[in-house]
Amino acid sequence: MDLATFWFIVIAVLWLGYLFLEGFDFGVGMLLPVLARDETERRVMVNTIGPVWDGNEVWLLVAGGATFAAFPGWYASLFSTAYLPLLLVLLALIGRGVAFEYRGKVDSPRWRATWDRVIMFGSWVPAFGVGLVLSANVLGLPLDAHGDRVGSPLVMVRWETLLGALALVGFCLVHGAAFVALKTEGDIRERARRLAVRIAPVALAPLVALLLVVQLRAGEGWTWVPLGVALLAAGAALVQLARVREGWGFAFLGVAVAAAVTTLFGALYPDVLPSTVDPANSLTVHGAASSPYTLTVMTWVAAFGTPAVLVYQGWTYWVFRRRIGTRHIPPVHVP
Amino acid sequence: MVGLARTGDDGGVDVLDVARWQFGITTVYHFLMVPLTISLSLLVAGMQTAWWRTGRAKYLAMTKFWGKLMLVNFAMGVVTGIVQEFQFGMAWSSYSRFVGDVFGAPLAMEGLVAFFVESTFLGLWIFGWDRLPRRVHLACAWAFSLATMASAYFILAANSWMQHPVGVELVDGRPRLTSIWAVLTNNTVLAAFPHTIAGAFAVGGSFLVGIAAWHLWRRHRTTPADDQDRQVWRASVKLGGWVGVVAFAALAVSGDLQGKLMFEQQPMKMAAAEALCHTEQPASFSVFAVGDVGRPDCENVKSLTVPALLSFLAKNDFSSEVKGIQDLLPEYQAKYGANYPDDPRLGELSGKPIDYVPALPVTYWGFRLMIGFGAVAAGMGLLALWVTRRGRVPQGRWFPALGLLAIATPFLGNSFGWIFTEMGRQPFVVVPNPSGVDGVWMYTAQAVSSGVTVGEMLTSLIALTTVYGVLACVEFYLLRRYARAGVAAVLPGWGQPKPAPGAGDADDREQDDVLAFAY
Repeated sequence: MDLATFWFIVIAVLWLGYLFLEGFDFGVGMLLPVLARDETERRVMVNTIGPVWDGNEVWLLVAGGATFAAFPGWYASLFSTAYLPLLLVLLALIGRGVAFEYRGKVDSPRWRATWDRVIMFGSWVPAFGVGLVLSANVLGLPLDAHGDRVGSPLVMVRWETLLGALALVGFCLVHGAAFVALKTEGDIRERARRLAVRIAPVALAPLVALLLVVQLRAGEGWTWVPLGVALLAAGAALVQLARVREGWGFAFLGVAVAAAVTTLFGALYPDVLPSTVDPANSLTVHGAASSPYTLTVMTWVAAFGTPAVLVYQGWTYWVFRRRIGTRHIPPVHVP
Repeated sequence: MVGLARTGDDGGVDVLDVARWQFGITTVYHFLMVPLTISLSLLVAGMQTAWWRTGRAKYLAMTKFWGKLMLVNFAMGVVTGIVQEFQFGMAWSSYSRFVGDVFGAPLAMEGLVAFFVESTFLGLWIFGWDRLPRRVHLACAWAFSLATMASAYFILAANSWMQHPVGVELVDGRPRLTSIWAVLTNNTVLAAFPHTIAGAFAVGGSFLVGIAAWHLWRRHRTTPADDQDRQVWRASVKLGGWVGVVAFAALAVSGDLQGKLMFEQQPMKMAAAEALCHTEQPASFSVFAVGDVGRPDCENVKSLTVPALLSFLAKNDFSSEVKGIQDLLPEYQAKYGANYPDDPRLGELSGKPIDYVPALPVTYWGFRLMIGFGAVAAGMGLLALWVTRRGRVPQGRWFPALGLLAIATPFLGNSFGWIFTEMGRQPFVVVPNPSGVDGVWMYTAQAVSSGVTVGEMLTSLIALTTVYGVLACVEFYLLRRYARAGVAAVLPGWGQPKPAPGAGDADDREQDDVLAFAY
């Protein structure tokens, strides 16, 4: 395998890590007003992701940075073409990060309610926006020969990409509910598990539809395999959640998202960003890749960096492995 | 029609101007948080180390108090940093395509090596007080604070490459990386890194001095000298004062080094910093000016000059020649062309003469305000050390008032320094390296995203500026609230007599399950 293809896979893996990890913490934020009945339960939910959400978000930054380093043209065309959707994602992520850190810093119901709204906005919007942009990337954008957008700023909003947006929103909802069921105890655990089981058939439908659309339009023969795995894993997750085996349910959702990302990036290859105007304008893995020297340098960095990241992020989850319930929440102590 | 037009031929706004304002606003804003984050996290790691080694409550109180302020600020630095990572592609796609082979690597390394460590270990530190052994918890503090420094190094290496491209060759009209080592050990970054870190510590130092001086002054009148709380504030003032003074010394040395490199690497920028219109030998240093330094005969507006000092700053020699703007202009035009290339994507600038002179009032005053504010910050550090010597505390209100006001000065110094260095390299975004790497340079006008409309760019400028403005108020409100409340707000039981041994044991057992910290 050549270096350019290797880096295409690395970027797919970074997206996978991002969608798996931030998928559940988006879900937790989205479900905040649905699952929690009172302030203590809201704090239980927020604290299930408290120590980890920031580290999860870095996967997005690194996916962006790695795309810049390994495929500058891809980074430039995608980010400038998706200007407005990405702006919304940025605004939402800004608010969300600050909200987690600030919501408990003043003891006032209004203060907390305001930040809870920011957390909601900051979880729904980026899930929607990232789903939109990723599916548009896979299905193609109207690019001219320079790699610039042809058409209006909202040209990427089509039914297929809206389906992609709903696919990620739906996945985050189920994944988030499964995570809350896995990480909490008491009433809220049961509520979260039931919600996951109840909404999964509807919430995961757009993801299935998106995979089929992508497969039929751009898929390879072999991408039927991960597509099938994704469907089976999603079904298995549902069964496990229904049987009150939250850990297995959550793990199968992870398999589903891994298989879905494999299908999407498998269908994308050998392009990195197809042009819907003229196939000659499409950016390809080999056409858009950085020089072999740059890719070699980055490979060394990734070879040492990535295992380390996996080890210490995994360790964080181990340190905070305990379920959290309302009895663990300390009283508010702020000026 | 602003919404669809790329440039306003009718005298409307231009996509390049909006993109530059956006980059300027978001970057200067981000860099208000960054220096405080870098210095405070390292200082807090130091305080926690002192606690770990001595077990003294004073150091735990300092760790908790300054740590909380650090966290309030850290969050803002993190979220505004995401914008930086995205906006090269969003607003400067032509730049990203041009430099991607070189510039993306340090950015990706920053993410992979620094951001992951920073975010993960910060989470462990915040939530891990009762989950981790004390030694491991302390190691987490060092991990994330050193990661903020590593992050600064990578991003400065990227920026230094734009000021002084090295380690590349020109292939098919684009720079191609030939040595990552050359990029990471660029002499420009070797000088910029200590300067930036010293600037960060100047911020941290005056932050400690200002807030602790206020508490010390308040406590001084109501509590005995051996009061726990007073010891915290005295130690903080002393620490802040020393940090501020040492930081200024480091700023001066590293700044001098940077200046000398800049005379070689970007002669126009240094001439612009002095508004030096004509070549002088020896060249004098202007302390301030009255009137428009941008006039062609700018010598006549300068007041209070120090003879031959500029020659020394440039080349360590009081009699050397320093080239002025009017004499550099023909050199630049001969080397890099008198006109922009004919390219429709340059808009109205296509084929027009290139203005090689940066905005002189900005560079001239930016340079002086950077030095001036830095000096005021250092002066405050010295003053604080002097007036609190051997257990003294000044009675007057002037001491806390001055200390609190002086917190702003190193922030302003940092901002003006960056505004100077980034505006001073205009019209280039990638400045040509005069001593090598032929052909590798880029004009800012060519760097902006070619497919993005003015409407989109304006939308993001307005939206980001508004959100940033609101968040600035929120952060200031929280910092002020926590700073005023003192240690007791972050360390329950602080300042109260210790419970008798045995009492509250049953209570403790029940408390065992409660998290030491939760959002």
